[in-house]
Amino acid sequence: MPLREDSSVPEQLVFAMEVTLNGLMAGVLYALVALGFVLIYKASGIFNYAQGVMALFAAMTLVGIMNGQVPFAHLINAIFGGHVTHFGWTVPSFVAIVLTIGVMVLLAWMVQHFVMRHLVGQEPIILFMATIGLAYLLEGVADLMWGSEIKTLDVGLPQGINLWIDETTFQIFDYGFFIDNLDIVATIIAALLVAGLVAFAQYTKQGRAMRAVADDHQAALSVGISLSFIWVLVWSVAGFVALVAGIMWGTKSGVQFSLSLIALKALPVLMLGGFTSIPGAIVGGLIIGVGEKLFEFLIGPMVGGATENWFAYVLALLFLVFRPQGLFGEKIIERV
Amino acid sequence: MKDMDDSSVTEDGRTIGGVVMEMKNITLRFGGVVAIKDISFDIREGEIRAIIGPNGAGKSSMLNVISGFYVPQEGDVWFRGSKRPAMRPYEVARQGIARTFQNIALFDGMSVLDNVMTGRLNYMKTNIFQQALWRGRAEAEETENREVVERIIDFLEIQAIRKTPVARLPYGLKKRVELARALAAEPKLLLLDEPMAGMNVEEKEDMSRFILDANDEFGTTIALIEHDMGVVMDLSDRVVVMDYGKKIGDGTPDEVRNNQAVIDAYLGVSHD
Ligand SMILES: Nc1ncnc2c1ncn2[C@@H]1O[C@H](COP(=O)(O)OP(=O)(O)OP(=O)(O)O)[C@@H](O)[C@H]1O
Ligand SMILES: [Mg+2]
Repeated sequence: MPLREDSSVPEQLVFAMEVTLNGLMAGVLYALVALGFVLIYKASGIFNYAQGVMALFAAMTLVGIMNGQVPFAHLINAIFGGHVTHFGWTVPSFVAIVLTIGVMVLLAWMVQHFVMRHLVGQEPIILFMATIGLAYLLEGVADLMWGSEIKTLDVGLPQGINLWIDETTFQIFDYGFFIDNLDIVATIIAALLVAGLVAFAQYTKQGRAMRAVADDHQAALSVGISLSFIWVLVWSVAGFVALVAGIMWGTKSGVQFSLSLIALKALPVLMLGGFTSIPGAIVGGLIIGVGEKLFEFLIGPMVGGATENWFAYVLALLFLVFRPQGLFGEKIIERV
Repeated sequence: MKDMDDSSVTEDGRTIGGVVMEMKNITLRFGGVVAIKDISFDIREGEIRAIIGPNGAGKSSMLNVISGFYVPQEGDVWFRGSKRPAMRPYEVARQGIARTFQNIALFDGMSVLDNVMTGRLNYMKTNIFQQALWRGRAEAEETENREVVERIIDFLEIQAIRKTPVARLPYGLKKRVELARALAAEPKLLLLDEPMAGMNVEEKEDMSRFILDANDEFGTTIALIEHDMGVVMDLSDRVVVMDYGKKIGDGTPDEVRNNQAVIDAYLGVSHD
């Protein structure tokens, strides 16, 4: 809605507020992807490059199941010369989500048993390389299983501009904010997810064991914790977080391969928040989300725009120079 | 099982039962280094068994074999009357063997209480759904385990630091928290790798008292590595002496002290 001439609040400030709110919502998604990274990194010291692809894979699997797509249809048709593509049924979104969670747990188990188990005790760089391989493999499998065309995802989350916010802000500022309902729901879901994860880590047996493994492998073994069980668990939880991120992003922009690129945005988020800090991932995500939107709004016009492409990385670079442990990471003190 | 009713009573009135743990012809190599060379010995129920020897003798390696962290190339481990199949360290822990480490291994991100609580993980049986949906049972279990933990915390006199993050504790207290975590598991066999290393005299006295009391009050069978001969003589019922991976002595503290091979090993090799 247009800004009225007689507004008492400076119009730049009102715009900036709207931009900030939208940035916060975008930041939620970055935070979720970063959260998946942190979970795995804390528990196993593995920097999981495949986290973004996991979000893509989860979203594609969800759409595929909901639409009753036949997995590996192209492959099956190529081998047996058929023309199957769909089973001819659709699956309710709730059931499909539960099934997708099952697939992500299976994926976690496979990653542990076929890859990570054989790399225990290897250098971090080797583990990192393994996850790069995993990312490409998973992307290929996703393509082969569900096809590469862009799909729409609708699990019933509300979408469209929130009228209440629009009207309320119009009454206060004489300018209605455009906030998408989907962003609001996404924020609430992300908050619930984080609260759930914290409760899980604090109060359940498996959560305690997970924290123990994150702190010290030897000590964890000595109290009877199976590391490989915890790693499957952690990859499953990361897979679940990836699914939530995938649902949000997919609902907003369609399920497509560019989804895995949000993983790259998670990198600067991690540099800000620290690789081992869950609050860091959340705050870092929000800062990057707000930061890049505000920067584009304030500075963008002066430098010809498109600052969102590089702002996060420059900010991360500054952090690398001045505060390499991130906002919340433990201070790095070289032992001599 | 042959030694099960072969029990005896010590001077201070503790009962020592049959063999709980028996190491048979253990050999452990790291590449060219032979850390343990064909060693056999046993541990009896209720006793305090010391393993001593100069630096690099293979003491920690032996403890690591018992707790499953190292897998020997040769030899068998017998626990409670049966031969133990190849096991991972966490499986050994679940059988009731708890341990501490030479270089303290605590969960630095947790409080003292939470660290000690992890010793109870194997006693928590409710699954994740029960914990989420059926709080009653899970809470009862939590309370039960908390009681055991609080008893251990009182016993080791660390009530004052219950809520302190372990990373902030001084060295001596860290060692005590590690002991608390191991005791919380109510182990059938407790392995202590140099529980008093780096401590001052007063701290050593406290730690000795705790070890003796744990053995006396809970009847815990203990195998410990220690360099301080005075402490070893005071604490242990029987001593295994190692040098360069070989067993050079085995017996009561008095027997070992008068063993020529042991005397030579200690005079010939520097130790701290
Ligand atoms: N994981 C390992 N890899 C390679 N060599 C090892 C390993 N663990 C122990 N060793 C070697 O085995 C030998 C015995 O070491 P161990 O730690 O058991 O001695 P120790 O008696 O505990 O000595 P200390 O009193 O110094 O603790 C040493 O030569 C050591 O270098
Ligand atoms: Mg040692």
